[in-house]
Parts: sequence; C-alpha cells; structure tokens
Amino acid sequence: MSDAPLLSVENLAVAFKAGGKDVLAVDHISFDIKHGETVALVGESGSGKSVSALSVLKLLPYPAASHPSGRILFEGEDLLDHDERDLMRVRGNEISMIFQEPMTSLNPLHTIEKQIAEVLKLHQGMDDASARARVLELLNQVGIREPEKRLGSYPHQLSGGQRQRVMIAMSLANEPRLLIADEPTTALDVTVQAQILELLDRLKTQHKMSMLFITHDLGIVRKIADRVCVMTGGKIVESGPTREIFENPQHDYTRHLLAAEPKGKPPRGDASAATVMKGEQVKVWFPIKEGFFRKVVDHVKAVDGIDVTVKAGQTLGVVGESGSGKTTLGLALSRMISSQGAITFEDKRIDGYSFKDMRPLRSQLQIVFQDPYGSLSPRMSISEIIEEGMAIHFPDLNRAERDARVVSVLKEVGLEPESRHRYPHEFSGGQRQRIAIARAMVLNPRFVMLDEPTSALDMSVQAQVVDLLRDLQKRHDLAYLFISHDLKVVRALANDVVVMRNGRVVEYGPADQIFENPQTDYTRALIAAAFNIETAPAGVVSQ
Amino acid sequence: MSDTAVSSRDTTAPGKRPFLSPLNQRRWQNFKANKRGYWSLWLFLVLFIVSLFAEFVANDKPLLVSYKGEILAPVLVDYPEEKFGGFLAVTDYRDPVIQDEIQSNGWMIWPPVRYNYRTVNREIPQAAPAKPSWLYTPEERCKQYTEGVNDPNCNMGNWNWLGTDDQARDVLARVIYGFRISVLFGLSLTFFSAILGVSAGAVQGYFGGWVDLLFQRFIEIWSSIPVLFLILIIASVLPPGFWILLGIMLMFSWVSFVGVVRAEFLRARNFEYVNAARALGVSNRTIMFRHLLPNAMVATLTFLPFILNSSITSLTSLDFLGLGLPPGSASLGELLAQGKENLQAPWLGFTGFVVISLMLSLLIFVGEATRDAFDPRKTFR
Repeated sequence: MSDAPLLSVENLAVAFKAGGKDVLAVDHISFDIKHGETVALVGESGSGKSVSALSVLKLLPYPAASHPSGRILFEGEDLLDHDERDLMRVRGNEISMIFQEPMTSLNPLHTIEKQIAEVLKLHQGMDDASARARVLELLNQVGIREPEKRLGSYPHQLSGGQRQRVMIAMSLANEPRLLIADEPTTALDVTVQAQILELLDRLKTQHKMSMLFITHDLGIVRKIADRVCVMTGGKIVESGPTREIFENPQHDYTRHLLAAEPKGKPPRGDASAATVMKGEQVKVWFPIKEGFFRKVVDHVKAVDGIDVTVKAGQTLGVVGESGSGKTTLGLALSRMISSQGAITFEDKRIDGYSFKDMRPLRSQLQIVFQDPYGSLSPRMSISEIIEEGMAIHFPDLNRAERDARVVSVLKEVGLEPESRHRYPHEFSGGQRQRIAIARAMVLNPRFVMLDEPTSALDMSVQAQVVDLLRDLQKRHDLAYLFISHDLKVVRALANDVVVMRNGRVVEYGPADQIFENPQTDYTRALIAAAFNIETAPAGVVSQ
Repeated sequence: MSDTAVSSRDTTAPGKRPFLSPLNQRRWQNFKANKRGYWSLWLFLVLFIVSLFAEFVANDKPLLVSYKGEILAPVLVDYPEEKFGGFLAVTDYRDPVIQDEIQSNGWMIWPPVRYNYRTVNREIPQAAPAKPSWLYTPEERCKQYTEGVNDPNCNMGNWNWLGTDDQARDVLARVIYGFRISVLFGLSLTFFSAILGVSAGAVQGYFGGWVDLLFQRFIEIWSSIPVLFLILIIASVLPPGFWILLGIMLMFSWVSFVGVVRAEFLRARNFEYVNAARALGVSNRTIMFRHLLPNAMVATLTFLPFILNSSITSLTSLDFLGLGLPPGSASLGELLAQGKENLQAPWLGFTGFVVISLMLSLLIFVGEATRDAFDPRKTFR
C-alpha cells in the first residue's frame, strides 16, 4: 500500500451559531489516518471529538454549524466540497459509522433483516435472496448466535450488546474503507464492552479497514488504538503512537487524563459497626399474565431471595451485568418498589410500611440516580432542587436557614454556593451529579443508595465523584449501597461486594477476597473485563 | 395571553431571580422572533381591551354630565328621569327634551359612538337596515331630525359608521359588544375546560392502570354524544344564556385536553427526577403540580389558542342558527344571520365576515407564535 493516508484532516474548524454569535467547537485540528490503522480521538465530553468525527461525513446540523476553514481529504478528494449526492455515495459505502446508543440508532419498527438489507439494496442493488444470504453472513461475522432465528427480530428483542453487533453488521455491509466508531461501547456493560472491542479489532484486520475511534476511556485506547490524538477544548493537544503517549505523555492534560482513573481503597471496615440496613430473603417477582382473565402464569424473578447487610460507615458494592437485578434490589431495600422478605432499617422492620409511613424515614434513606441529566428537573434552580426535600422533612426551618444549609451543602460537595440560582442545564455532567449528591446529603441521611452514579460520567470525573463520595462517607458515617457494573469503581469504594446474576447472589464477601480470589467464572469474567478489557469464554457472561 | 400564563407560573420566588427564568426568556425571544404573531398579539390586546371598556366607547348614555352644579356619571349609575324633570324610571339621554334640559343647566360628554348594542336609532334616513351614514349626503342623513341639517343631534356621534341592522340598531356598537362577548366566552370556556381537562388527564396519566382504562372508556362514550342535539334539547327546557351555554359546552370541550396531558404524564412519570422526588418523600399531589404539570403545560399552551378559536366559532355558529344567546344580545353570529336574511344590505354580511375572520386569524397567528416559542428544537435562528 502507498504511504498516502486514507483520510487526512487538515486545519479543520467547526463553528456553531449560538445567540447570533459563532462559537468554535473544533479549533483548527489536523490528523491523518493511514490504511489499516486505528486512530483514537480521546477527550472529555465537550472537547469536540464527536463533532470532528461527524464533520468527516458532513452530518452536523447545517447551516447552524459551519466550517470556517479546513479540508477533509478522503483518498485525495475533499469531502467538505462534496454536495449531498456525492456524499451519499461515500456515506455508508466507503465510510460508515457506529453510534454510541444502539437503542436509538436502530429503527424500532423494522426487523433486523430489513435494516441490514436496506443498506445492501441501496448501495449494491442486491435482490432479496442475495441480500438475505449476505445478511446472514454478516450476522455470523459479528458473532450473533443462530442468525437465522434473529433475522425476524425487532431491536427491542435484542440486548444492548446484540444491538451494537447489528449496528456493526450494518456498517460493514458495504465493506467500507474507514469505520468511524463514536463511543460504541459507552452505553454497554463492561463484559459486553470487551466483546465488542475484540470484535471490532478482529473485523478491522479481516477487512483491512482503517478505524477512527472516539472515546473518553483511556483503557480502551490502550487496548485498541495504533495512534492517539488527545483533544481538549476543541484542540488536539498531543498526538502520537499509543505506546509513546502512555509511557511518556508530554502535555499536562494527557498526564491529567492518565492519572484520572478511580483509585484508592475504601477505609478498613469496622466489623463492630452498627447495622443500618438489613435485607433477608428479599424477593421481587414481577408476574407474567396471560389469557383473557389475566391469569398469572409465571414470574420474572428480578430479585430472588437475597440477604444483604449494610453497616454504618461502610459500603456494600452490588455488581453484575445489566439485567441481573442490581437496581431492583436497591429500589426494594429503599422501599421504592414493593417486595417480599424482611427489610430492617435501624432496628425497624420497614417492609410493611406504606408510602405514607415511609415519608418520615425518607430523609434518612436517600438515593442518587445514574443519569445526572435526567434526575434534575430542568425547570427548577439548583437551590429549589436542593430545598425541595428540606421543605418536607424540616418544615420548621425558615427561608434564611434553608438557604444557609443549601450554601453549606454545596460547599461540601465542591460547588460554588453562588451558582445556586442557576439551572441544571448550565452545569456539566460531573457538576450535576454533585448537585444530585447534595440533594441527598442535605437531609442528613443514614443510608444512601448509589445507583451507578458514575457510569454516565467521563473517566476523569468519575474519579472525582468517587473521591467525594468516600470523603462524605467518612465525615458523616454513611452507609452506602453502591450499584455498578464497573468493578474499577467498586474496588475504590466497597468494603463488601455482592456479585449478582439473574436475580441471585453468585458470590458475597469482603471486597479484597472477591477481587484477589474470585471463586466463580462469572466473577472472574467481570474482573477481567473491567480491569484488562478481556473477554470471557462463551457462555460465562451474556452477549 | 400565553406569555402571561407562563410568567405567572414561574415567578414563585420574587426578588431572588429575574422576572422570567432563562428558559422563559428564550421562549419570549422566540415568540418575538415570529413578527406576525408578535404584532397580532398587540393588535388583539388593543382590540380586546377597547372592547372590555365597550360601555365607554359605544353607549346611549353620556360619560359625564354636569347638571345644576352636580357632576354625574350616567355610564356607571342609572339616574331616574325625575332628576332632570322627567317621569321615566331610567333616563333616556337621547331624548331631545332631556338633552335641552341638561345643556341649559350644564354640559355633558358623550362617548365616541352614541349607541349601545340595543339602542334603536329612530332617526334613520330610510327603512332599516340603513346604509352607513357616510354614504348619505348631509341632507339625506339629517332629514328625520326635527331641525334637519341644523339639528344639533345630527352630528358625527350619531353616525352609524357601519350602518344599522334590520331593527335599526347601530352595527358598530353591536360589533364592539359582540367581539367582547365572543372573546370572553371563548376565554372562559377555554379556561374552565383547561382546568377540567388537565386535571383529568393528569390523574389518568399519573396513576395509569385501571384508573386510566376506565376513564378512557368513559371519555369515548361521553364524546360520542352529539353536542348540537343536546343543546337543542336543553334549550327547549332552559332559556339559553351565557352561563348555560358555557356549562353545556364545557361538559364536552374539556375532553380535547385529556389526550395531550395524559400522554405527557404517562411519559414523564418515569423520568428520573420524578423518581428522585418520590425518594425525597414528596407527595403525589406535589409531584404532579411541581414536576409533571410544567411538562404538560407546554403541550397544553400550544393547544390553547386553537381551542379558544373553536370555542368562539361554536358560539358564533349557535347564534347564527338562532340557538345561542337570547334574542337582543350582541352577537356576531346573529349579525351573520341578518346578513344572510338581508342580502340588499351587504354591509351586514361584510362586517360580520371581516370581524370574525380578523379575530380568528389574530388568535391563530398568536397561537402559531406560541407554538414556535415552546418548540424546544428551535434554538438556532
């Protein structure tokens, strides 16, 4: 092959119109992708990495977006000069793209076969029979088991990992020269992430493709990329071969990113600490009803007889793949959904309490949700959000006292108290999660359920949130139930760990013991996927 | 109308932040960006406010009278005629005798149009309906007055700017009063059906399950009742007035809100911030009001101008058929009916058509601008 790069981005700038002014989202970047090479664009959210990738195929919302300067040369042709018709020849044919969210990038109303075949018929003019054969071949390649049975499936019948595989099959259908993958694994479990990355790597070599890989996770970069471009604030601050960047980072920002993995260990658990929350044989069964009279024929056993104990000042980590019942267990313990089995909170049996009975206890039993973008009402200011619970649980406080508490809790979670009259959309993901934590902390809880509080955040922000949580726990002697699929984060926080699968406990013990000496294949697979991004043998974890 | 509703909803903490939240400021900017809707809003507000003070614009009583050193306000107070030396229970200020009596003992200020919606003009130059006054020569115009062209009452104030109807009542005065009653009827019908419809939709969407199922079936049966027939039947038992018509129409018009609001509540009740509020121990009612209603309000407010329009149209069509407001009341529908009966008097039909279409168009333009303002995708311009 010649030395000329397959894709060459020269001095590219992207500007967005906002309030009559042009704001530069990408600030004159240049990079090359050679034949058969994987280049990773790394940066935190808002660094302009996705915008750069989208402008390669001119997929930005024009005319709100514009390119003040730059050229994008694909095999010598400038794509920015192409009109829509020329671009349609390139899109999905020579360059194809995989998006972050497999849930929304497939059309929910069409079968898998129809969606993949559409690409084939459009670009290659295949007839039904040959398209079907090719679809089967593609599904085989991306590792979908029993592809014949899957042809007629709709996207909602597939798991997240399977959907992403279908997306990959679609993007491979026309044997593209370049594959752009925009955070293809961020929405997936760690175990599935490892499988997808392995698949992408294999297919790349098999089809002699080049790949532009966009991610915020340096662990993935180290695993998959030949060269790295580190982006921040719309600029590429450092680029080079992966080994060099990891071993000898030159720029401060790169060093900051490399240092930003969740680290540290939880404080040593005190075995004599008081038990705050105890669940015995907790069961959450959802009935499956059938027939005209809606007879209950079976149950979905989301949580099937689990014993847990959470002690003051300590963290119980709950880990497992998605669908294993982690969140359901947490919601049952905090009495947000009904369940069977005894739940004891500070020596009170609360499993028989009604919603009204629970109200006085709510202040001591708090929840922090996964998605900081969804958990804050966009129509309320920060101080209104934080005050909402106080108005219910501390009705005696007057306005000034409430405000004083808001100020102090914002300081505690590391936010400027002056920002309390602003609205959630003005804050970044990490700041929003801090606000959500402040909302829980202002009520002086004893027990906090943390439902994947870090998985929607950038890697470097995850580390900060973990540090904050650990700090708050030490200061207020809090009991945490920490739910996550990411064992890296769990190791940094948890004293004890429950490993769940299909609503049952696979392993339960002190964190050290689980991480050093896992007893089951399933736990070993979770650990390998989280720490080394390695896949497990077939059948141990779900696809 | 919509923007005042928005601002009142979001100004719970005065003094702590600007009058409009940033979100609503952006919406107001978007609203203003739609020039047609923005000017329609102002024009409509001017017309509406003028018509609210119809008694001061078009009336058969003077605004202010000075009689024997006493200042009287006949617009606000009914004075018996004894006060001016007559014998009727209510003074007829259009009577030349009373006018002379007042003029010789003081003065009086008339509104610009000296008729109200039911004043009969006894001095029309031809048999009713009479043409607009400016189509006559001064001699023709004044021939019914005792002193002809020199009669002090043959002045601009007594002109019929848009002619008279077939009962010799001034069309302009009737249009001003009719505009007011139409808009007020539309507004109150929309307001009450919004309250009923939004609460019903909210309860259904929030609780879901059996509540939702039963309510939906009830609404399906309810909305299959033919409204017009029902009004015919009820009109034969009860005398149809403003409030009775409002009540009957309200029974059916709230249904149109339920679908939108219910869908929004069904969607939003699973939002994480609603769950978060539940975890804080917030009661169902507070969650519905504080967290869910604002979501539904966007859809409702967008819908509102169109409901308002259809309410006005249904009142007008009932009046046109003669099943609406009692005879003699100012109504645009009745004006249209008169236009149909008196094809030789085209000013009746034209006036009715122009007024109604202007009113409905203005409201639709305002509605379109409101829709733009609440469109979350409309961030770039």
